[in-house]
Amino acid sequence: MISGLFLGGIVIWLAGAIASLALWRKPVAARRVACAAALAGSLLDLSASAFAIFSSSPTLIGLPFGNPIFSWAVRIDPLSAYFNVTLGVLAAAVSLYSFGYLREMEGRRNLGAFGFFFNLLLMSLALVFTASNVFFFLVAWEVMALSAFCLISFEHEKQEARNAGVLFLVMSHAGTGLLLIAFLLLTSASGSLDFSSFHLLASSLSPLQQGAVFLLFLCGFGVKAGLVPFHIWLPEAHPVSPSNVSALMSGIVIKTGIYGMARVFFDFYGTPPIWMGTVVLALGVVSALLGVLYALMEHDLKRLLSWHSIENIGIILMGFGAALMFRALGQPNLAALALIAGLYHTFNHATFKGLLFLGAGSVVHSTHTRNMEKMGGLIRLMPVTAICFLVGAVAISGLPPLNGFVSEWLTYQALLAGFGTTQSLTRLMFPIAGSLLALTAALAAACFVKAFAIPFLALPRSEQAADAKEASPSMLAGMSVLAVGCVALGLGATWLVRVFDPITQWALGVSASSAMVTARGLALSPGTPHGGTVSTVGMAFLFLFAGAAFALPLVIRWRRRSVNGPTWDCGLPGLAADNEYTATAFSKPLRMIFTALYRPRREIQAEYEVSPYYPSAIRFESEIEPTFEKHLYEPMRRRVMAAAERMRAIQAGSINAYLAYIFITLILLLLFGVRG
Amino acid sequence: MTESIMTRIVESAAQFFLLLALAPLITGAIRTLKARLQTRRGPGIFQPYRDLFKLFRKGMVIPETASWIFAATPWIVFFSTILAGLMIPMVAADAPLGLFGDALAVIYLLGLGRFFLALSGLDTGSSFGGLGSSREMTISALAEPAMMLAIFTVAIGAGSTGLTQIAGAAIGQTWRFLAPAQMFAFAALALVLIAETGRIPVDNPATHLELTMIHEAMILEYSGPYLALVEWAASIKQLVLMTLLINCFWPIGLQPTWFGFGALIGIGWLIAKLLLLSCAIVLLETVNAKMRLFRVPELLAVAFTLGSLALVSTFLF
Repeated sequence: MISGLFLGGIVIWLAGAIASLALWRKPVAARRVACAAALAGSLLDLSASAFAIFSSSPTLIGLPFGNPIFSWAVRIDPLSAYFNVTLGVLAAAVSLYSFGYLREMEGRRNLGAFGFFFNLLLMSLALVFTASNVFFFLVAWEVMALSAFCLISFEHEKQEARNAGVLFLVMSHAGTGLLLIAFLLLTSASGSLDFSSFHLLASSLSPLQQGAVFLLFLCGFGVKAGLVPFHIWLPEAHPVSPSNVSALMSGIVIKTGIYGMARVFFDFYGTPPIWMGTVVLALGVVSALLGVLYALMEHDLKRLLSWHSIENIGIILMGFGAALMFRALGQPNLAALALIAGLYHTFNHATFKGLLFLGAGSVVHSTHTRNMEKMGGLIRLMPVTAICFLVGAVAISGLPPLNGFVSEWLTYQALLAGFGTTQSLTRLMFPIAGSLLALTAALAAACFVKAFAIPFLALPRSEQAADAKEASPSMLAGMSVLAVGCVALGLGATWLVRVFDPITQWALGVSASSAMVTARGLALSPGTPHGGTVSTVGMAFLFLFAGAAFALPLVIRWRRRSVNGPTWDCGLPGLAADNEYTATAFSKPLRMIFTALYRPRREIQAEYEVSPYYPSAIRFESEIEPTFEKHLYEPMRRRVMAAAERMRAIQAGSINAYLAYIFITLILLLLFGVRG
Repeated sequence: MTESIMTRIVESAAQFFLLLALAPLITGAIRTLKARLQTRRGPGIFQPYRDLFKLFRKGMVIPETASWIFAATPWIVFFSTILAGLMIPMVAADAPLGLFGDALAVIYLLGLGRFFLALSGLDTGSSFGGLGSSREMTISALAEPAMMLAIFTVAIGAGSTGLTQIAGAAIGQTWRFLAPAQMFAFAALALVLIAETGRIPVDNPATHLELTMIHEAMILEYSGPYLALVEWAASIKQLVLMTLLINCFWPIGLQPTWFGFGALIGIGWLIAKLLLLSCAIVLLETVNAKMRLFRVPELLAVAFTLGSLALVSTFLF
C-alpha cells in the first residue's frame, strides 16, 4: 500500500507537470491543474510516508528497467519517510495557497511553465529523499536544482532574479561536484552504487579517507542547506522568487541538505571520530548566530526571512553535531535526544518558515513592495494574514507554547547533558553552544518584533500599504494549515516524540520516547533521571483558563470605561506615519553594538538654505558590508576569472586543435588504465 | 493521583496569591529603602498597592492607532509572568508547577511577555514606544547568554534544569553558595537581574525623560487598568527573578511542603531574604549612575565572563 500511494503521488506530480505545460495557452486551466495536481500528489506522498514511518521494514520500490549502475531504486526507511512527511505537509499547504496566489499572474506570465517546474520540483524532492542509488539520487538532485533554478528566475525580466538564479545554479553545482567525489570514494570502497551498501561503510575507511569523505559531504550538502560560509546564494535567491516558491525553497529544498547530512552522518558512518561532531556543532553555532545577526539588519521582508533560514539550519545542525559527539562518546541515549532535537526543529522550521514566507507573500502581493519601511498598519486591512504571521513569528522566536520552543528546549537539554559526558575540555563546547543558542533565540525574538510590528502595526507608511487588501480565501487556507501546524507541533510534543522512535531505533539502536514522556503524556523530559520537564499543553491550558476566567469578564467591564484618543505626539499637529519608529531605527542599537561585524557605512546629505539646522531635504543611505562576498567569494571569483583568461589561449576555436586535445586525453587515459 | 493533583492546585493557588500580594510590597520596599538612603522620606512601603488600586478604578484611553495587540498584551504579559512565577520554588522546595516548566521555560515565558510588550510599544505609532521596544529587545538579547551560562552552571551542579531539583540539590548545603562556581554564577545572574528588571545602571525605573527610559517608554501609552496590569506584571517579574536568584543559590528556609505551620516560616524566610537582596540592589542603585545605553553591553559582557568563569570553576575546584 505504501509503495502504491508513493508511486501514485509521483505519477500525479509528473502528470500535473506535463498537463500544465500542455495547457500553457489557457492560464486559468493551467493554474488549476498545476495546483490541484501538486495538492493531490502532496497528500498521497504524506499518507504514504505517514504509514512508512511506522512500518517495520523499509519499503523498496524498483522499476523493472534499469541496470546495476543506474537503477530506479527507491527505499523508504524511517528517515526518508520523516522528510517526506515534512514535504507532504508543507507542499500541501503551499499548493493550496498557490490556487489564489498565482491568479494574479494569469495572462501576464506563463503559468504552464510554472506549473511544470513546480510539480517537477515536488516530485524530485520526494525522490531525493527516497532514492537509494547514487546515480538516481544525483539525477533527482539535479532535477531539483534545475527546476528550483527555473522557479527562482521565473520573473526573469528582473535583473536580480536572473543573477540570483545563476548564483544558485553555480553554488548548487559546485556542491554537487563535491558530492559526486564523495560518492565515488564510497563506491570504490563498497563496489556498489546502492545506498544500502554504504551502511556503516564510511567508518571502515582509513582515517584520512573518512575525514575527506565527511568534509566533502558536509560542504556539498552544506551548500544546499545554506550553511555558513556556503550561504551566499540563499539571501539572494529566496526573496526574488515568487513567494510560494520561497516557502518551498526555505521550508524543504534547503532541508535536502539536512537530509543528506543525516543520511551520511547516521547511516554511512557508524561511530564517527569526535572531531566531526565538533565541526558540525561549531558550524551550526556560527550559522545560527551570523544568520540572525544579518537578518536583523534587513528591511526587505523576504530577505530577512531567508537569513533566518540560515539561522535555523544552524540550530538544526547544533542538534546533529551534538548527536555525532554523543555517538563518539558512547552515549546512544543522549545522541537520540540530540538527533530528535535536530529533526524536530527541521519539521518545525518547515512549518513556521513556510508560514512566514506565505504570509510575506500575501503582504508583498497586496502592497507590491518587499520593503518593510513602506508597510505598516496591515493588521487592520489583513487581519487573518496578520494572525497567521504572528503565530509564525512567535514560533520562530522559540517562545512557548509553540513548536519552536519545544525543539529549542530539546536542543538545550541535549547540550546541557553533554557537559557530563567527557572529561576533556571539549565539554566546554556544550554550554558555550547553549549560551550562544540563547543569544540567537533572543536576537531572533528581537528580529521578529521588528518583522511583525513594522509591517503590521501602527500607521501605514505608504499609499500601497493604506490600500492593502486581505489575501484570497485559498491563500488564507494555506497559511492557516501551517499556523495550525505550528500550534499542533508545539502542544502535541509528547505525542510527536513517539514518531522519532523508528528513526532513532534505525540510526542509533535506541528508542527515546518512553523515557521522554512523563506524567501520563502531559510533560516532556530530556529522558535523563531527574531531568527538568516542560508541558506546552499545560501552559496553553492555563493560558486559556486564565483568559476565560479572569481576562474576559474584566475586559467586558473595562470596555465601558475606555475611550479612544490620539497617541501622544509631543504636541505636534497630529501623529503621522513619519513619526513612527522605522525598521532601521529599531535595529540601530544592535548595528552599533556589533559594528565590528557589520562595518556599517552611512551617508547623509542634507540640503539647506539658511542654516544646517533647518534642512529642506535629507538623503540618508546606510548599508552594511557583505563580509563573505567581499572577503571570500570576490577574491575567489577574481582568481577563477584570471584562470579562465589564461585558459583562453588553448581555446583557439580551431576544430583541429580540439581534436588533438581529445586524442591526447584519450592516450593519457589509456596509459593510466593500462598501468592501473 | 487525584490527591496529588488537588495538592498541586492548592499549592499553585497559594503561590499565585503570594506572588500577587508580595510583588508590590518588594517594589515598595525598594523604593522606600532607596529614598531613605538618599535622605528622602519616600512615599511609604505600601504605595504600590495604593497605585494599583487607584489605576484599576480609573478609565482607560486607548490610542486610536493601536490594534488588538495593544489590548491583548497586558494580559499576555501578566499571565506569562504569573505562570513563570508558579514554576519556581518560593516557600516550599517543590515548585507547584515544576512539572509544567523548568528554568528554561521560566526564561522563555518571561521572553514571551517581553515579545508582546515590545510589539505593543510599536503598536501605538509613537516613536517613544519604538525606542523603548528597540532598547528592551537589544538589552535582553545581550543578557541572555550570561543568564543561560549561569543557569547551566547551577543545572550542571544539580543534574537537572528543573528548579525543584536545583533547589533540592542545594538544600542542606547552606554554605554551598560560597563555592567559586556558585559565586560566579550568582554574580552573573545578579547582573542579568539588574538588566532584566530595568534597574540602575541599565535603566532607571523612576525616569520619565524620553532619552533615557527603556521600559517606561514601551508602556507610555497604557493607562488605567491596563497600566496597572503591566506595572503589576513588572513587579511580579522582579519578584520572580529575585526569588529565582536567592532560592537557587541560598535555599535556606525553604520548607518541604506548602502545608502546615511551616509555610508561615517559609514565607518569613522568603521575605527576609528578599529584603536582604533588595538592600543590595538599593545600595547598587544609589552608588551608581545610569550608564549610557552603549556602555550596557560592556556590563553584560562582564556578566558573560562571570558566567564562563562559573562554568570553568565547576570542574576546576
